[in-house]
Amino acid sequence: MEPVYESGSRLPCSRKRGKMENEVKLELLAIPENEGFARVAVAAFITPLNPTMEEISDVKTAVSEAVTNAVIHAYDEAGGMITIRCSLEGDLLHIEIEDRGKGIENVKRAMEPLFTTRPDLERSGMGFAFMEAFMDSLEVESVPGQGTCVIMEKKLGNLPWVKCAGTVCSWAGSEE
Amino acid sequence: MEDKFQVIDHYLMIRLPEEIDHHSSRDISRRADHLILDENVNHVVFDFSDTKFMDSSGIGVLAGRYRKISCFGGKVYVVHADNHIRKILKMSGLMNLVEIME
Repeated sequence: MEPVYESGSRLPCSRKRGKMENEVKLELLAIPENEGFARVAVAAFITPLNPTMEEISDVKTAVSEAVTNAVIHAYDEAGGMITIRCSLEGDLLHIEIEDRGKGIENVKRAMEPLFTTRPDLERSGMGFAFMEAFMDSLEVESVPGQGTCVIMEKKLGNLPWVKCAGTVCSWAGSEE
Repeated sequence: MEDKFQVIDHYLMIRLPEEIDHHSSRDISRRADHLILDENVNHVVFDFSDTKFMDSSGIGVLAGRYRKISCFGGKVYVVHADNHIRKILKMSGLMNLVEIME
């Protein structure tokens, strides 16, 4: 699907969303040590949806790419805060990864496969390409000097965590 | 970590860690380059037996080592890569540069 990219005057992640079934917000320091924490935390968040191993790997890779971008590019490895918001709406996972770093001058170019501003760090320029490939949708909003927000969505698993009929709820996976 | 890097008969064998990301990749590249320079390495073998996670930082590790040894006729081999890792190698175009083996 065609990615959406915007460079506008409004702050990243400014859109309003409806009420979600579950929502978490993580704030972490933009240092390499936290890249593993971020992807494992998001993987833990989606386990109630019974995702396949492949889906877990896909989500972990996408989160890792976005967080690594914030660490390396947004803050130039000097630290800063990254905010990760995850929410579930049925079987749809919505992830926002936001930084208040230097922003991206040309989002369209940044998203081109193999384009990188840091070949010196052996960056492959595949970060956004992987996010796009491993998730169902990807949007990047960036304001130079103010920050970047990466918004990704993916449909997961086939069953909701619990099935509810009226007031009675049961484990959805237990019937098979 | 030391025994994860072995030079046998001009082949540098690297048993990669469980997670290959930006954080862990810097150390792998640094150690590998050190051995490539000092130990007369011709070929590099990346062993993914222990690896459960890799992102695009792993591409940088493989491509970077490929650049270092290919100009002298060296080859890069990949062994024990699972489906996710193969998918990443394929998407990045590395499949054409490295030799994938079971």
